[in-house]
Amino acid sequence: MTNTSKSLETAAHPENLRRVAIDPVSRVEGHGKVTLLLDENDRVHQVRLHIVEFRGFEKFIQGRPYWEAPVMVQRLCGICPVSHHIAASKAMDMIVGATLTPTAEKVRRLMHYGQILQSHALHFFHLCSPDLLFGFDSDVAKRNIVGIVAAYPEIAKQGVLLRKYGQEVIRVTAGKRVHGTGSIPGGVNKNVSVEERDYLLKDIEQMIAWSKDAVGIAKKLFEQNLDLYNNFGTFRAHTLNIVRADGAMDLYHGGLRARSMDGETLFDHYDYSHYWDVIFEDVKPWSYMKFPFLRSLGPETGWYRVGPLTRVMQSDFIPTPLAEAERKAFIAFNGGSATGATLGTHWARMIEMLHSAEQIQELLLDPDLQGSDLVSKGERQERGVGVIEAPRGTLIHHYKVDENDQIIRCNLIVSTTHNNQAMNEAIRQVARQYIDGKKLTEGLLNHIEVAIRAFDPCLSCATHALGKMPLEVELLDVEGSRVDMLTRSSDGAFCADC
Amino acid sequence: METPILIIAIGNDSRGDDALAPILVRRMQNLDNAEVEIIEDYQLQVEHVTDLVGRSAVLFVDADVSCDSPFHFSQITAAHDNSYTSHAMSPTALLHAYRLVYGSDAPPSHLLRIRGYGFELGDDLSDEATANLEQAARMIGTWLADIRVVEE
Repeated sequence: MTNTSKSLETAAHPENLRRVAIDPVSRVEGHGKVTLLLDENDRVHQVRLHIVEFRGFEKFIQGRPYWEAPVMVQRLCGICPVSHHIAASKAMDMIVGATLTPTAEKVRRLMHYGQILQSHALHFFHLCSPDLLFGFDSDVAKRNIVGIVAAYPEIAKQGVLLRKYGQEVIRVTAGKRVHGTGSIPGGVNKNVSVEERDYLLKDIEQMIAWSKDAVGIAKKLFEQNLDLYNNFGTFRAHTLNIVRADGAMDLYHGGLRARSMDGETLFDHYDYSHYWDVIFEDVKPWSYMKFPFLRSLGPETGWYRVGPLTRVMQSDFIPTPLAEAERKAFIAFNGGSATGATLGTHWARMIEMLHSAEQIQELLLDPDLQGSDLVSKGERQERGVGVIEAPRGTLIHHYKVDENDQIIRCNLIVSTTHNNQAMNEAIRQVARQYIDGKKLTEGLLNHIEVAIRAFDPCLSCATHALGKMPLEVELLDVEGSRVDMLTRSSDGAFCADC
Repeated sequence: METPILIIAIGNDSRGDDALAPILVRRMQNLDNAEVEIIEDYQLQVEHVTDLVGRSAVLFVDADVSCDSPFHFSQITAAHDNSYTSHAMSPTALLHAYRLVYGSDAPPSHLLRIRGYGFELGDDLSDEATANLEQAARMIGTWLADIRVVEE
């Protein structure tokens, strides 16, 4: 376990150092860039993760009628549109003063767990498994989805079908695969018919079985590489998540829980409609992305980690039997070493995938899904806050609406923003462990990317025109002039000046 | 029985010229639904292989920042595409994944790349892209007529 000091954030004397930029970080949604400052002996003096965030979205939504928000926000992200759809809907529930009907809440929960299932399946089976199954230094030509399909066809196929199943849950509940309209202010616009329920029930046992197998794969990988998995990019952090009133994991709704890196509860079951009293956002001159922190601890030490590892570790229990058994095994494993390990996130993510599959089954068997009381309203409010646990962590949507029903203010704190400092800590730790004093290779640089990918950061601009995602590694001098350059070509190979 | 012709439009309405493909296919809503199915999505991912099963022809449509204007239309085949691209797959890599998942080649597939220029959030379609869209729409009409003749 390492310290959490901010060393390596800013070099003492950057003027004599050379700069390496990894731009963009691959298999990360959106654009990420890592810069390292190295001296003539390849000693690392500074490491920073920079991400171009979608701050423009908050302006984009201003002036629109509030009821459009749950649909419009889906255009923010091509990967987690459903999470934004639901978080915005929850905020709008407050605006219209609604208390959801049982049918509305359960349909939304079903949609949300479908999103968690498909997102976690994609991340584990297709984005991270190339690193985990082949190794971080393995042949770059193998280290991708196609390599996985070729070497582990059954695993890859299960990943495809788990993801497809999650998207079918979304289609049934949201009305469409993309641009869904199912969740609206105060409720939902459709229930789940008996035919739709039976269609989804048909395959759910298989999805639960595959999810359980996936937990086994994640656990086995940890066991087989214990030293690596315990220490790779590992750091101590405060945590933030939402929990149900009884302390259970609840990814759809709950109160905020923050714990210090020593396990002390900083606040618990905190009403998120006033989140700004406990969370604030700091700005740093070298990053577009803000750095949230716990107000009581201040900007220097109050940063925290969100996401699967936090949720599995900080929830008192998981309210489905198979996932709860796996949570207990995870916490007990090797004296609890996985619960603080960056690579333990993959294992925790699979436990959540299993929980999501179990939740989907439980919800499908609930007759409230066929109810006809879909929407409620109450006293109109001017401010609405919606918080959920999205696949990557806590997601906050906050809106202010004027008397003409127009949105006049919007603030989003997405999971990846919460994890900004945590990701920086992880890559600094990897730089200390693997890069400091060594000659740079593609495999070593991939170690940095592996640490980032453990967080599954999502910075989607939802724009993916062909030809827009090159990968270049540049070596620049302190004036910014290019000294050397590597390009990752379409066949996966690195070449110099090509 | 799957609809024989599948068109997959990739793009985001709210991102300037990234809306090219969605706008194009929405103009085609009057097509015979028994023959043509249209899927819109923000980006391609591996589960789209399941949409290709049982088709006689597939067309991918996407905005492109690198092709010549107004558009580039080509037949595509499976390719071992190892580019590290984030959560999105290229159409050729998707065809390759199809082969590995199902053990056979994907249906005959084409890719229509329409030249786009600006992709900022909240922007409308640019004038240049709008002009390219018109030409691409005429080309798709011709392509559909041709493959229907072949099928008959």
